[in-house]
Amino acid sequence: MYEGAIQDLIDELGRLPGVGPKSAQRIAFHVLSADPADVKRLAAALQRVKELVRFCTTCFNVAESEQCRICRDPRRTGDVLCVVEEPKDVVAIERTGEFRGRYHVLGGAINPLEGIGPDNLRIRELMARLADGTVKELILATDPNTEGEATATYLALLVKPMGIAVTRLASGLPVGGDLEYADEITLGRAFEGRRAV
Amino acid sequence: MYVSRLELVDFRSYPHLVVEFEAGCSVLVGPNGVGKTNLVEALHYLSTLDSHRVAVDAPLVRAGATTAVIRGEIVHDGRSLLVELAVEPGRANRARLNGAPVRRPREVLGALRMVLFAPEDLALVRGDPAERRRYLDDLLVARQPRYAGVRADYERVLKQRNALLRTAYLARKVGAGARDLSTLDVWDLHLAQHGAELMAARMELCAALGPHVAKAYDAVAAGRGAATVAYRPGVEGGPDRATLAQALSDALTAARPSEVDRGVTLVGPHRDDLTLTLGELPAKGYASHGESWSFALALRLAAYELLRAEGVEPVLALDDVFAELDTGRRDRLAELVGGAAQLLVTCAVPQDVPQRLGGVRYDVAEGALRRAG
Ligand SMILES: Nc1ncnc2c1ncn2[C@@H]1O[C@H](COP(=O)(O)OP(=O)(O)O)[C@@H](O)[C@H]1O
Ligand SMILES: [Mg+2]
Ligand SMILES: [Zn+2]
Repeated sequence: MYEGAIQDLIDELGRLPGVGPKSAQRIAFHVLSADPADVKRLAAALQRVKELVRFCTTCFNVAESEQCRICRDPRRTGDVLCVVEEPKDVVAIERTGEFRGRYHVLGGAINPLEGIGPDNLRIRELMARLADGTVKELILATDPNTEGEATATYLALLVKPMGIAVTRLASGLPVGGDLEYADEITLGRAFEGRRAV
Repeated sequence: MYVSRLELVDFRSYPHLVVEFEAGCSVLVGPNGVGKTNLVEALHYLSTLDSHRVAVDAPLVRAGATTAVIRGEIVHDGRSLLVELAVEPGRANRARLNGAPVRRPREVLGALRMVLFAPEDLALVRGDPAERRRYLDDLLVARQPRYAGVRADYERVLKQRNALLRTAYLARKVGAGARDLSTLDVWDLHLAQHGAELMAARMELCAALGPHVAKAYDAVAAGRGAATVAYRPGVEGGPDRATLAQALSDALTAARPSEVDRGVTLVGPHRDDLTLTLGELPAKGYASHGESWSFALALRLAAYELLRAEGVEPVLALDDVFAELDTGRRDRLAELVGGAAQLLVTCAVPQDVPQRLGGVRYDVAEGALRRAG
């Protein structure tokens, strides 16, 4: 245990995902020895992210205004909607350059072990978006792991009766994996070869 | 396939060991507690990412050390492959192939194929069904590493489904009223799909194993009576996946009320068994100690023969086997396994190992192996 401010910083850093006690300590001492201007910039960035970034009211991607860049873009087609778990998945799919439709970010996947059910995800909002009949195809791009597959099945069962085509990314994605870690080529191909469910 | 070189750092009783092996037979000789089993355990861990003795990793790391390293050089089809594993309790294993880190340790499965028989294997016959399911599933993975994924997927679905049932059960117990079970249908579907894939594979495996078990038991057992194995599923159907998935679905529907009532999954291959029969009688509960031991050995030898018949020549390790056998059975066993690409035998008394196996003898002493002769 260190005294005062440095231990506070270590504790705060240690609460971040993927940062263990050892890394927290390493980062804290790096900050301590860093140039004051660099530290100010980091602190400002942390604050700005909370002040400026919000969630798109349509698709729940991160945005800096009411709607995100993709929802505002008139060149994107409104008849294909791609469902993902997290905003980082949007970034991964955008990198492939294969997709010209719009997104819906669920904010996670069904995961009973962590107490996450359909009500904790933005599924009601998704159903509301589908209600007006604009969307003709729904692409389920949840992660290719147990929870992502379960979420995809749940949505497929819910949406198919509405007469909307439901597809799932083709395999070739590493099983048990995260979408964000798939390389562009694999993910791009998975998009090309998506199958009906 | 054979292991040409093994290096251990802080694994079990070994601070640092480097040993070179040749193809064919190697006999590890030494008194009890000197580290013979530790060495074959290290190789087995490299092959399966699992210990045959403990369910957790902590005992594998030498007392006082934090990380154990197992480094094996495996020669297969004239090529040599370096497989390295760092085992650190409480953390994910780290693995390298030919010096390059791999994303998941699972990727090293298949690099070293190995069948081990050890005294602990008596539990295959006398222990819970879980022991026999593990035997089948490990063998599935050894034959086709992709089954590591099938197995993990099934276990994950089962865990999630149990969590859902359990939360609902607990909520009801404290009077919080009905809980949202709307996703149960989804989990049923996935449990049936993954479960059917696992069951179909196990059934096919049992059919392929049958003749090998009978033959091996005949060689190593003293008594009479033929050894047979049969997969005993909880649902009727199969062996094709579609029928099994349907059967599982139906069984889940039928079991739904009692599952909700008890808060746990009651249907699926996690409750199946492999029945072992000697003559007319089940081995479990009827077979003598000697017969049970022979049956367990026969199961491992059958696994070895099956892998061999399918073209991969696994490494075979027999830990403390020959001391348990009389001369006639020793010779028959030697005949059965004599042609192994690599055979590792441990014993306390070298005279127990039949001459005809020949091979190189290593004397094991505190933390070291010395090549004799
Ligand atoms: N994690 C560990 N650290 C240090 N010593 C260990 C560890 N695990 C086992 N040992 C020692 O290894 C010995 C057992 O070795 P083992 O290979 O089972 O013997 P054997 O030659 O009879 O097969 C015991 O003396 C035990 O104390
Ligand atoms: Mg031993
Ligand atoms: Zn948006």
